[in-house]
Amino acid sequence: MMEQFEPMIVAFCCQYCAYTAADTAGSEKLSYPPNLRIVRVPCTGKVDTMHLMRAFQKGADGVWVVSCLEGDCHFKDGNVKADHRVAHVRKLLKEIGVGEDRLEIVSFSAGMGDRFAQSATDFTERIRQLGPNPVQGGSQAAA
Amino acid sequence: MITAERKPMDELIACVEPYKKILLVGCNECVTVCAAGGRKEVAILASALQMAMKMKGKDLQVKELTLERQCDPEYVEELAQEIKDADAVLSMACGCGVQEVAMRYRNTPVFPAVNTGFMGASERQGVWAERCQGCGDCVLGITGGICPVARCSKRLLNGPCGGSTKGKCEISPDVDCAWQLIWDRLVALGMQDRYEEIMEAKDWRTSRDGGPRKIVREDMSA
Amino acid sequence: MKTDSVIEKILESGQMVVTSECGPPRGSDPKKVEEKAELLRGSVDAINVTDNQTAVVRMSSWAACIMLKQMGLNPILQMVTRDRNRLAMQSDILGAYAHGVNSMLCLSGDHPRFGDHPMACNVYDLDSMQLIQTVYKMREEGKFQGGEDIQVPPKMFIGAAANPFADPFELRVARLAKKVKAGVDFIQTQCIYNIDKFERWMEGVRERGLHEKVAILAGVTPMKSAGMAKYMKNKVPGMDVPDDVVKRLTGVAKGDQAKEGIKMCIETIQRLKEIKGVRGFHIMAIEWEQKVPEIVEAAGLLPRPKID
Repeated sequence: MMEQFEPMIVAFCCQYCAYTAADTAGSEKLSYPPNLRIVRVPCTGKVDTMHLMRAFQKGADGVWVVSCLEGDCHFKDGNVKADHRVAHVRKLLKEIGVGEDRLEIVSFSAGMGDRFAQSATDFTERIRQLGPNPVQGGSQAAA
Repeated sequence: MITAERKPMDELIACVEPYKKILLVGCNECVTVCAAGGRKEVAILASALQMAMKMKGKDLQVKELTLERQCDPEYVEELAQEIKDADAVLSMACGCGVQEVAMRYRNTPVFPAVNTGFMGASERQGVWAERCQGCGDCVLGITGGICPVARCSKRLLNGPCGGSTKGKCEISPDVDCAWQLIWDRLVALGMQDRYEEIMEAKDWRTSRDGGPRKIVREDMSA
Repeated sequence: MKTDSVIEKILESGQMVVTSECGPPRGSDPKKVEEKAELLRGSVDAINVTDNQTAVVRMSSWAACIMLKQMGLNPILQMVTRDRNRLAMQSDILGAYAHGVNSMLCLSGDHPRFGDHPMACNVYDLDSMQLIQTVYKMREEGKFQGGEDIQVPPKMFIGAAANPFADPFELRVARLAKKVKAGVDFIQTQCIYNIDKFERWMEGVRERGLHEKVAILAGVTPMKSAGMAKYMKNKVPGMDVPDDVVKRLTGVAKGDQAKEGIKMCIETIQRLKEIKGVRGFHIMAIEWEQKVPEIVEAAGLLPRPKID
């Protein structure tokens, strides 16, 4: 057996909810995996297709987009836009063979520290099951 | 604008697979507006192709470049330097742009990255719909500003057919009956009388049926 | 007389015309055509031969028309503008007429989307209105659509369809008026189940005096079952099947629904006969041709007039 694979996960977190939820989790002393690299964004609606693609291209094993609950976006419907965009990129990832399940979008309110910690743990586990980003694997195989 | 959609990745991957270095060329005009082949789509496709090829154990070099207008020789000329380093060109412009590049650079293979669709308008964010077929003899003046050639599924000039139901076309409840739209507009304009004038059989020579078309402006072409 | 068509002759004599239809087979067996047509002999005056109906490939209408002609029957050549351009359509008209086919029906046709070749190019060089104009010009001016003279022009009695039930309703009389202006001689309507709505349409037709310029043959189709009624109500574009029609069929035992359907069809004809401007009937018994004689007899439309 290989030693346990530790996935690297990029989490685009909305500063109004998810980022605060992560904070809440911290202050409540709830632990979540250190695999998450949190990128604070002003709104998930601002997370572009290119950001998601580049994350994978540069080696992320999973990408997590964490938005506000529906109806709670500070910019009206940035989270809905993010939803659509993620669905679109998931299709593209499937088409090129990276796999759609490496990209997910979830939503929390600022107070949901426990849910944040639990979901982060679950997502990390799912990515662990999926194994390393095949783009990286391919490049190693070629090397 | 001319609308287009990116081809399926399988097809594009098969196109670039034999090559090491490709030049991926977008266009700043119509395909940018319909989000099929502008600067942004070029970047996304470059990334997707590189990842796909890497999974096959290959490092694909992609040079990204988006021209102001790919259907114009003046701008296509700008590729002269870049193309020297490329094994192939993948163009994200409409069919006109692809052909312009192919005509100018005869020794480099050019592949289309999009399927060119139709002349349309933006209905709302992210939705484009067909509006014009370029028949070369516009009838909009007598059909209330709505085109039966492009928008009636049977391009009837004397519609609506018996399949018009609650304003929708028989082929799909998602398609408006063009003749219902025409009628509603004629009513709004108080021009109902127009309806009973029979539109005569169309002269399709001005359309594609007359062979490939060309416009020559004597005052401009030397 | 404009033509040698038996339909024109019967109409001129002031009698009602009865037509039915025969869909050619999806293969090249001539026996299929003969069998179907034979079922209609003596019960109807003329038989429509459909042209790739519902956009499904079948034996060509003109070829099957010739078979009917050889059997001593009167075919009506149906022609849709969907599959052929104006050259092909005009040459088929010349050919059919050369074989004695003297009546035709000008249609646009169902969209290929519904048929067995949804990937096909749909032609629509002309629409049904312009096809009527074309056939009229061939007959009256002896000229092709393009303007050249025809040596021995075909003299077709010209039919077209009308759907009083499609939307927008306010255009349905107006569109008939356009067809009259284009030169149509007779109309076969869409199947009538909603008689009230048909009457409203006929009122509009009479108001404009169109019933005097064109012979309207009311279309009827017997329902085989409640399932068929529901299907036609919900799935067939431009079809108007009122709830009470479905209700009446579902109200009888499954085994008796066909009989009830025939009964309803006969009642419909009886009612339509009373409407001023109805000059005959077009009975479309889809894959049920053997029932036509029964319907025609019970509706009091026999015997059919003898015309030389």
